[in-house]
Amino acid sequence: MKNNILIIGGGPAGLEAASGLQRLGYNVILIERSSMLGGHLASWDRLFPDGVSARGTLKGLLAQMDGVKCFTDTEVRSINRLEKSYNVILSNGITVLADAVLVASGFDLFKAEKKEEYGYGIYDHVVTNADLEAWFNAGPDSDTRIDKPKRIGFVHCVGSRDEKSGCRSCSKVCCATAVKQACEMKQAFPDAQVYCFYMDLRMFGRHYEDLYLSAQKDYSVRFIRGRVAEVSENVDGSLLVKAEDTVAGKPLKVTLDLLVLMAGMRPSAAGKRVGKLLEMPMEEDGFFAVRDGILAGQRSGLPGVFLAGAATGPKTLPETVAEARAAVVEIDRYLSDIFPNVKNYKTLVRERW
Amino acid sequence: MIYEGKQKIWSDYQKDIPDDHYFYVRSCIRQSFFPASEAAFLKITRQELGKDIFETEHHTTCGGIAYHSDTIPQETAMTIIARQFALMAKYGYENYVCSCITSFGLYCETMETWREFPELEAKVRENLWKTCKLEFAKPKVLVHASDLIYKYRNLIAAQAKHKLVNVHTGRPLRAVEHIGCHYSKMFPSKGVGGAEYPYVLVGMIEAWGGEIIDYPERRHCCGFGFRQYLVKGNRGYSLSNTHKKFESMEPYQPDLIITNCPGCPYFLDRWQYVIAESTGKTYGENGHGIPVLTYEEVAGLVLGYDPWDLGLQTHQVGPEPLLDKMGIEYDPARKFLGKDGKDIGRPESCMYLK
Repeated sequence: MKNNILIIGGGPAGLEAASGLQRLGYNVILIERSSMLGGHLASWDRLFPDGVSARGTLKGLLAQMDGVKCFTDTEVRSINRLEKSYNVILSNGITVLADAVLVASGFDLFKAEKKEEYGYGIYDHVVTNADLEAWFNAGPDSDTRIDKPKRIGFVHCVGSRDEKSGCRSCSKVCCATAVKQACEMKQAFPDAQVYCFYMDLRMFGRHYEDLYLSAQKDYSVRFIRGRVAEVSENVDGSLLVKAEDTVAGKPLKVTLDLLVLMAGMRPSAAGKRVGKLLEMPMEEDGFFAVRDGILAGQRSGLPGVFLAGAATGPKTLPETVAEARAAVVEIDRYLSDIFPNVKNYKTLVRERW
Repeated sequence: MIYEGKQKIWSDYQKDIPDDHYFYVRSCIRQSFFPASEAAFLKITRQELGKDIFETEHHTTCGGIAYHSDTIPQETAMTIIARQFALMAKYGYENYVCSCITSFGLYCETMETWREFPELEAKVRENLWKTCKLEFAKPKVLVHASDLIYKYRNLIAAQAKHKLVNVHTGRPLRAVEHIGCHYSKMFPSKGVGGAEYPYVLVGMIEAWGGEIIDYPERRHCCGFGFRQYLVKGNRGYSLSNTHKKFESMEPYQPDLIITNCPGCPYFLDRWQYVIAESTGKTYGENGHGIPVLTYEEVAGLVLGYDPWDLGLQTHQVGPEPLLDKMGIEYDPARKFLGKDGKDIGRPESCMYLK
């Protein structure tokens, strides 16, 4: 008999953890509420800082899923703690007796229309970072909002570091994504003037600074340190953007043909529903709390329930994958301690050795 | 422009506006600037719609102009406001409706301050008793008078004698709506439609057949801005703000501007004269200005009131082009005759503004 492990969420964290646990010999069941695996990665085009294909990365994750039981269009209906396990009833009618649960519910993109002053969903040529990736993916005629723009603006920190919208924390990936997308737009429209409106540029990762320098030197992207105050539409459909240039110490007004809002990461609503069923501790901002941020970053406050990826806060993709692998180790340790006599594949190999 | 996007926001910002029984307080300055607007509000609500709107001569200023000009402290303003609320309770009302936008903003600010800082409320309660011997009370519902006309907009439309439609072309009249800053910019949830895309005046224009213009400087201040005008040396700011708005709305060729604030119609109206006479530029058709009306005046025209009874002759920008488009008959000879039939005087003739 093998231990059952239920993974909630079929994004990069869930996929990476599922394949790792499967290879250790556990019986892994992965559920995903949408109809396809991959999470946000599935709708992205290229990844910072090197422009790696998102599709290729996802393909790599999916290639190792042999043996994992995956249920798409499936959510947790109810979950109850037994003595050592969890009795989980799924929306597809299947009941799972899970010895460990990994919550990899990821994040939701901040709803950009909540920043009403930026006019997303109201003005024709205001899009989000996700809309732009979908356009990169689907081709030049796929979105009428992006119509050969000559002046393009990127607004960093939309729904991040913004007390007014109830999102205090940094979303971590938006700066690098904005700079990547700004360069890509210059590739697509070499004559376009591209502006990035930022508060701080948090180019903290390996090669991120190179990307930033390249944006300035090779693509002539103009970086303006200041927040956008409001957006409105001119009679010809172009956008009038008012901002503050805090370096020059002056207000600024610029006419643009396209404005891209870098929507930040918010706690997943579906993840919150699962958290509510489990009564799992959450941080003030709605992301799940970990037991110890340094030594037990994958453990929740509940026995046998583990966490990985953006369920505990904004993460880059490499961090998410690394957390998934860390969760594999944590779960393995936990199950070995709680169920010492269960013969998982890994245990059998050890005995033969 | 995606209209459905605005509808979504409008649906998020709706407020409780009881149908009837209000204690009404007038504005300090509207009766001087647009003397018939408040009378029109009372006539429409009481006589046309049969509502119970009570007012008393004992109410005073809310202190808003002095407060925003830094000449009285907040505690004094709050005590004045507590007296207004106490009068409301004394006359048996729970719903409070005010004519002035600055008053509305200050009432909202005061109520929020009392909610956040109960010790301040206790202090004001004491001040009120010491100074006026009145019992402290708070309104159950606080609305602006434009909220009420918004609430009744379809009832008014049902009795309409004229629509906001050009009778010569059949085209809806294009209206610029200008909301007073103190209506919802401080407390978006207190205004119909919120702060970024307020619906209170849009709803009226749509109900009465017109079409709304959304132009780039829509959110910009009218030019009053208190210290921009009250401090004489700053008046260039006031004028340049108004100028910026007119330059921005000009390409949309508006037929009228509708407002819900005491200051906004005054400045949008009077500064058109100053701009015209100092630069020769006019923003209406054929040398005319763009008529600037209060929402009560627009409602009155829709209901078929005589334009001169509505006080439109006190506007700097002549309303005649708008009246002609709406097919409203008027007697030019009566324009400058008072209620008693005597001449009330007339403005000096302008060089550029017709």
